[in-house]
Amino acid sequence: MTAAEGGAAPAIMGDPGAAGRFGEFGGRFVPESLVPACMELEAAFRAAWADPAFRDELSSTLASYGGRPTPVTECPRLSAELGVRVLLKREDLAHTGSHKINNVVGQALLARRMGKTRLVAETGAGQHGVATATAAARYGMACVVYMGEVDTARQALNVFRMELLGAEVRPVTSGSRTLKDAVNEALRDWVATVEDTHYCLGSVMGPHPYPWIVRELQRVVGDEAREQCRVLLGGADPDVVVACVGGGSNAAGTFAGFADATTSALVGVEAAGGAAMANGIPGVLHGMRSNLMQDEAGQILEAESISAGLDYPGIGPEHAHLAAVGRARYETATDAEVLDAFQLLSRTEGIIPALESAHALAWVVRAARAGDDMVRPGATVLITLSGRGDKDVAQVRELLA
Amino acid sequence: MTIAAAPDLATTLADHRAHGRKLLVPYVTGGMDDQWLVTVEALAGAGADAIEIGLPFSDPMIDGPTVQAASLAALERGTTPAGVLADLGRISPGVPLVVMTYYNLVIRTGHRRMASSLAASGVTGAIVPDLPLEEVGPWADAADAAGVATVLLVAPSTPDERMAAIVERCRGFVYTVGRMGVTGEQRQLAGTALDVAARVKAATSLPVCVGIGISDADQARQVCEVADGVIVGSALVRRLLEGGGVEAAVDFIGGIRRAIDAG
Ligand SMILES: Cc1ncc(COP(=O)(O)O)c(C=O)c1O
Repeated sequence: MTAAEGGAAPAIMGDPGAAGRFGEFGGRFVPESLVPACMELEAAFRAAWADPAFRDELSSTLASYGGRPTPVTECPRLSAELGVRVLLKREDLAHTGSHKINNVVGQALLARRMGKTRLVAETGAGQHGVATATAAARYGMACVVYMGEVDTARQALNVFRMELLGAEVRPVTSGSRTLKDAVNEALRDWVATVEDTHYCLGSVMGPHPYPWIVRELQRVVGDEAREQCRVLLGGADPDVVVACVGGGSNAAGTFAGFADATTSALVGVEAAGGAAMANGIPGVLHGMRSNLMQDEAGQILEAESISAGLDYPGIGPEHAHLAAVGRARYETATDAEVLDAFQLLSRTEGIIPALESAHALAWVVRAARAGDDMVRPGATVLITLSGRGDKDVAQVRELLA
Repeated sequence: MTIAAAPDLATTLADHRAHGRKLLVPYVTGGMDDQWLVTVEALAGAGADAIEIGLPFSDPMIDGPTVQAASLAALERGTTPAGVLADLGRISPGVPLVVMTYYNLVIRTGHRRMASSLAASGVTGAIVPDLPLEEVGPWADAADAAGVATVLLVAPSTPDERMAAIVERCRGFVYTVGRMGVTGEQRQLAGTALDVAARVKAATSLPVCVGIGISDADQARQVCEVADGVIVGSALVRRLLEGGGVEAAVDFIGGIRRAIDAG
């Protein structure tokens, strides 16, 4: 029984309420034109989430179409190398190659239930765009994906994938031409199209109710992993649970399975060049109050890292809250550490990770080698491997040449 | 020489309306070029009842390509919120000034500090579009205390009950969003503009000005048959971006003035 069920203390990762607050973070900072749409979405999600028929359709779709449950894999050779027991939650094995499918199938079913016929999405690496295009194809919906021009170049294959799936990819040429600008452009589209369009946001960010919806749709990762770990660990929980953080959806989904139900330490790993927790301060962007990388005047800074999926100057508001209350800790990994980790996992376990996921791995490698308190010899570490590395192989090949 | 502070937004607009005058509020992005301040002064002479000044933000979510380009140009020139306000404090435009900006710039400056520096620069109104009713409290309280009117938005999608609560908290005038979409020119007046204007008129005694998508004199005249006034942004900013300068701005706004006066 969790604390929340016992009525003793409120859940750490609970319902953010009508105001969408996670402590002082979150909220709904959008122009009036979008407020009614956000409210309608919140009401629709509350109703759907309480409806067993909706939950059944979602889980059976994730099973028969999405490939769930994904396994937890022991990593004997990597464990021997690091001196800690490493377990991987294999979201790379989910349909479309990352955890993003969990969120988009849920949102597409919700959109259909709301009578929407068109999906718009932003994408960084292209994984969320591919996932959204996939769900749109599956449910016969129109789909437009906004992608920064910088990212369409470095993830050209994903652009082609989305087009194969029947989506229209619109390159975004404003601002830094990466993920944050794609979010702006998707929001601009949505203001003009709310009547028939659902904005299928890809991470635990944006205005309420998105951070909450996406965390709930991703919590299947953490809930599965917790039970799978208990089987592997004779009823015990991992000492540390680690996930990479762009907007923070695979981390939030993972943490949701552990924050209230276990005492496992939780670690989110950001790209050193996009570290909203390490270098950001609280502000408001994309409809949410959270930590943001910004200059003295309040202009948002451009994130820069090896992985398009982590190039975001902010972080989901619930992560800012988890850090503020001390339930999770946020670390960073550099591009060089990530490249090493990418190769290490490939060589020791035969698993090529997404560059994003390699950030989580990179921190574990560093912490284990440095004798970090959290990753002592013999500790058990669960890492969410958020995606597979196929999309990154060409880029890594160039970087290593 | 002392500089006369710009007149108060709320009292000036109420007074002009009481005299049967339709309200014309042109928008200029602060710092967009080296003539912007001269342009602001000239617009007052061209028939503006108040002037809206944008404090440029890196991520202008409710703005279309034209205002995005002006914001980017301003930021590339090194424009800061403090710099724009200092410049405004040096002019004596003779009409009220209202700033439009995004909430992160307000947070970064601090609510009370932003409110008092607006007041010190002669700015008596503020439009912060990413602060809807539920979130506006801390800012609106600070603005009230500094004598700065917090202008709120009402949109075609706003239900009646919600509209009543918004106009209750709104000061100065009601920014009535004419169409569902971002700022930008439209060939034709959106069908929603007149409907929403009529709904807001029925809900408040504050002046009702329609903005977003008002692109020429004829559209302005149509809107003013229902609303108390218009806000004209992208159509003016485009002329400035194209290098038309003060002359083109005065021409364009003067033409709208004549059209709405003729009725
Ligand atoms: C494989 C993978 N992992 C992680 C992320 C980062 O997103 P989030 O932090 O929301 O999990 C992405 C985003 O594109 C991704 O493709």
